Amino acid sequence: MSQIQRRQFDTLIIGAGGGGLRASLQLAAADVNVAVVSKVFPIRSHTVAAQGGVNAALANVINDNWHWHMFDTVKGGDYLGDQDAIEYMCRAAPKAVYELEHFGVPFSRLDNGKIYQRAFGGQSLNFGDGQAIRTCAAADRTGHAILHSLYQQNIRAKTHFFDEYFAVDLLKDNEGHVLGALVFNIQNGEVLVIEAKTTLLATGGAGQQFKNTTNALINTGDGMGMALRAGIPLQDLEFFQFHPTGVAGHGMLITEAARGEGGYLLNSENERFMERYAPSVKDLACRDVVSRAIMTELREGRGCGPNKDYVLLRLDHLGEEVVQKRLPGIRQTSITFLGIDPAKAPIPVSPTAHYMMGGIPTNRFGQVVVPVKDTPEEPVAGLYAAGECACVSVHGGNRLGGNSLLDILVFGRAAGNHIIEYLQENRYHRPMDESSVEAAMQRLQRWENPNPDGEPVAALRAELKQLMESHCSVYRTDEVLREGVEKIEQLAERIKNARIDDHSSVFNTAKVEALELENLMYVALATMHSAYARKESRGAHSRIDYPDRDDKNWMRHTLYSLEHGLDYKPVRTKPITVDSFPPKARTY
Amino acid sequence: MPITKPVNESVQAVSLSELRWQCRRGMLELDILLNTFLDRKYSQLNETQHQVFTRLLQYPDQTLFDLLMANMPSTNPDIAEMVQQVRMAMVNKNRVS
Ligand SMILES: Cc1cc2nc3c(=O)[nH]c(=O)nc-3n(C[C@H](O)[C@H](O)[C@H](O)COP(=O)(O)OP(=O)(O)OC[C@H]3O[C@@H](n4cnc5c(N)ncnc54)[C@H](O)[C@@H]3O)c2cc1C
Repeated sequence: MSQIQRRQFDTLIIGAGGGGLRASLQLAAADVNVAVVSKVFPIRSHTVAAQGGVNAALANVINDNWHWHMFDTVKGGDYLGDQDAIEYMCRAAPKAVYELEHFGVPFSRLDNGKIYQRAFGGQSLNFGDGQAIRTCAAADRTGHAILHSLYQQNIRAKTHFFDEYFAVDLLKDNEGHVLGALVFNIQNGEVLVIEAKTTLLATGGAGQQFKNTTNALINTGDGMGMALRAGIPLQDLEFFQFHPTGVAGHGMLITEAARGEGGYLLNSENERFMERYAPSVKDLACRDVVSRAIMTELREGRGCGPNKDYVLLRLDHLGEEVVQKRLPGIRQTSITFLGIDPAKAPIPVSPTAHYMMGGIPTNRFGQVVVPVKDTPEEPVAGLYAAGECACVSVHGGNRLGGNSLLDILVFGRAAGNHIIEYLQENRYHRPMDESSVEAAMQRLQRWENPNPDGEPVAALRAELKQLMESHCSVYRTDEVLREGVEKIEQLAERIKNARIDDHSSVFNTAKVEALELENLMYVALATMHSAYARKESRGAHSRIDYPDRDDKNWMRHTLYSLEHGLDYKPVRTKPITVDSFPPKARTY
Repeated sequence: MPITKPVNESVQAVSLSELRWQCRRGMLELDILLNTFLDRKYSQLNETQHQVFTRLLQYPDQTLFDLLMANMPSTNPDIAEMVQQVRMAMVNKNRVS
């Protein structure tokens, strides 16, 4: 293995979205020698898509308090969130936003010059009294502004970037210390071992495991795949947030604003079916209620179109002027992707996978934690995770809008701070474990050999996405999931024997897609198994056959590992300084 | 000054597989529009148009989004024309399927 190039850094960060860049900035500013690897140019990371904003109880518009924010987050997560981490995040939120302001994020302003804040769902005043106004925004480009500012700050702080490098696997020694990662340069195929005293995974979500998703193509759960292969379990993957109205066949969001302005849903019988599911609020019911209603309509044969796989969102009754003036973005999306002007005809929509609450288990310092004997949360030496790929469990069973940008910022920073401490006590690189380099190389080289008997990657990926859509999206029953488990196990075997036809080294996107498919497959396995096992409805995990939350048996986190399958660990119900919020019915 | 990916000066030399990777963006809307164009239309363009497309890809995601979703026109006629072509590729795809 001596011919492989090697580089050494104090810290390796895999992922240059908001989570990775916030951590790297903390480190670079403390003179840590830090490398950031990203498969796409950093400012093309998915964080750029976040338009809504970031939550912080700044009280700029009306009175607010971090403790109310904490209550909303615990309740929104259906009491599965870890309350120590939630307290930490909500307390840290104002500082995280002011820091961004300092880094140059051009937040929108109120007339008095303070940061503008808007109202989002699930946010309350005084522990559930009235609507809070807590979401800070830089117009409708908050994610873009955050990512650009963090990137610029990192350049200034001399973070070392490996742009368009793909991380294949973590490197680990026999004692369980993580020693860096094997990566390759997508431009020319050159392999590089990056040795690091500490490694942080910040690879984002995995919406691409579903057919309909709002997530960009890059969201393939690579970090979670790497963690699973390194023997680390994934936590709470059954909790995936779906948005009810994605553009049919494409997945991008049609925001709630459409229904807020008076739009409503119709099935193939031209019926306003939400009247049956939520007689009082109808089309304005919570996301999960609307998503489930749509899926029930589709399953019962009342979907529209040749495949009966979507319902219609009607807006034309609002009149051309209203649609053009109040919903210009939605109108453009519909015209661009469907050729339909919603001022004239309804938009075909179906539920779309949006955000994963689960991920690589961490504590509130960003350390990856795994069960060891009787301790449920033993840190893995040298390994950290932050952002959507991590599960510090602030979102519990369901994320509130505006809380995920906050999560990536707060825990990116916290991980950076903990790494600085760790490095003070661990000054030297441990010797590289060559067998782990070899194993990672084998995984990579497997795609360099022709495999005429295998099935093509693209077809397998399409099958995986369809399978997850029909067996593990919003309509979950014992039967649907049991069949899903059987099918995904079989598909996983076929994926292990997949084929690519391009064996070149320059910009071999076929190889990248094959590696991504493997990662997606591992994440999908974890998602399906975890969902099948959880026999209750909580947050985004909703079982038709177990419609109630069951705190007695299920107020616990799921862990899924390749070696041991399913395991569980308790929820951290004890906050840091305040009293716990005991579970209550989650009604709004 | 917006940040862009450092430009590959020998624009002609950009291979299709490299372009495919440059079409991987942070927003699903861009992934779909750019890849549809690459699959259906790119090979029919002339060399000058290839270069314009490569230039378009160097824009930051948010700018690309605003251009391709017709939120904002480009003041550069070549880019404006290319934006139109990318949008048309999607329209034509919808017509066929
Ligand atoms: C349409 C949309 C709108 C949203 N709006 C909001 C909002 O308004 N407010 C809010 O709080 N949240 C919002 N979210 C959620 C939020 O945007 C994400 O959860 C968050 O940006 C994730 O950031 P991240 O840093 O964890 O990962 P990402 O930004 O996804 O970055 C992941 C990084 O990992 C790199 N990477 C991945 N795999 C590899 C690999 N194998 N090798 C090398 N590099 C790799 C990628 O290149 C990228 O740099 C939205 C999400 C979507 C889909």
